[in-house]
Amino acid sequence: MPSTDPGHLVYGFDIPAERPWSRVLKRGQTLRIIDSEGEQAVDALIYAAADTAERYSAQDTLRVQGSAYLELGTRLISNRGRVMARITADTCGRHDTSAGCCSCESNAVRFGEATRYLHACRENFILELSRHGLTKRDIVSNLNFFMNVPIEPTGNFTVLDGPSSPGNYVDVTAEMDLLFVISNCPQVNNPCNGFDPTPIRVEIRETAAA
Amino acid sequence: MSAASKAERAAANRRRYEELRAAGQELKQLPAPTALDGAPIAADAVVQTEQVPPGWHTTVRLSRGEALRIIDDHGRSSVSLLAWRSEDPTERINCADTVKVQWSAALSKGRMILSDMGRVLLAVIEDTSGAHDLLVGGSTADSTLSAYGEVTRNTQANFISAAAKIGLGLRDIPPCVTFFAPVTTDAAGRFVWHAARKHAGDFVDLRAEMNLIVAVSNCAHPLDPARPAATAPITLIRHRLPPPAVDDVCRTASEEAVRAYAFTDQLFA
Repeated sequence: MPSTDPGHLVYGFDIPAERPWSRVLKRGQTLRIIDSEGEQAVDALIYAAADTAERYSAQDTLRVQGSAYLELGTRLISNRGRVMARITADTCGRHDTSAGCCSCESNAVRFGEATRYLHACRENFILELSRHGLTKRDIVSNLNFFMNVPIEPTGNFTVLDGPSSPGNYVDVTAEMDLLFVISNCPQVNNPCNGFDPTPIRVEIRETAAA
Repeated sequence: MSAASKAERAAANRRRYEELRAAGQELKQLPAPTALDGAPIAADAVVQTEQVPPGWHTTVRLSRGEALRIIDDHGRSSVSLLAWRSEDPTERINCADTVKVQWSAALSKGRMILSDMGRVLLAVIEDTSGAHDLLVGGSTADSTLSAYGEVTRNTQANFISAAAKIGLGLRDIPPCVTFFAPVTTDAAGRFVWHAARKHAGDFVDLRAEMNLIVAVSNCAHPLDPARPAATAPITLIRHRLPPPAVDDVCRTASEEAVRAYAFTDQLFA
């Protein structure tokens, strides 16, 4: 696996298929999200650790970037207009922030009532947020790492097959202390996971004092 | 699950996904836009009329079945909107699901605006414009500073103020929809502004499909290149509607719409 070696490893964890995870990322630390087996969408919420009313804003991020997709160099902007983090390495090249997260409710609308009782990202987020005193109200907009959602000039909007290969990773470097919440997406109704959710690995590195 | 049955399930799910996509993107016949002099509102149907000056916001309560007409009187305004369910404001507009469920980031007549609970908040029953933004959102202090060299009244501040007046806060402000904001993406994903798609008198009629608190902000869209900022008053008309027909264009637009409406109707059954 190629490595940009942004510092020494202080934490590593394999998030099983379909499960949530969260951790505080200190300013200057880099979270590496590794798509261990490939073709796995990783949904994420980000909050300022000091005040969780400040959180990642997809619309502010897209506006500042002028572009609909996340990529190397993208600044992740909060709802207070501050840079929360930057994408500092990326071996996949395509990430989404417009398609939101799956939920039991939206699955039932998209794919029929039979899909209502399938585990979904919103369930993961609610459970993980509850450990930090947060609720459904706090799910406003999220990132989808390794998810390919091209938006055509006509507006046509489709979730395509997961574009990542085994071992592809994305590095997110914190510009402030962050609560980083992940749902390792359980979606089996669209191609974002190759219809088969798989584990991912998260690693945190201390970046040398800048 | 065995590998064989996993593969079977994946193949069946892919088939269903591609069928829905074809129905949503290839076969879809959207209604023609409303004519600029079309869809007059009878005087006795009007509940409330309001002019909102540039830079300002207002909050309107809509009962299920009522509609809000938003008029860009001078063709210079963009109008950002948030909506929460009156009885439970944790249910609110969800732009991502609105786009994803309808397979399109282009909002126009015949489309619906969804909540985070798989239900329909608003239906776009009339629309002269078809040029609205679900991706980029409203202006902020930072966006006005970089556009105009000074911090001006902006949608982010307006929404914080509107939310505060109904007991909500920053954490209750999700991504918004902005009407009369002709934004598309090019092949590389860069946003493009189409000034020629704005016309004086453009309007949308949004039918409330549940009881709603709607916040509206009249601020220039951050991608609008006009300098100085393109600003003008807008008109809001809250009005009564007859009950939707069985072949109502929004309720029958797609399989997804039929399901979302079924879940919404259950709230009022």
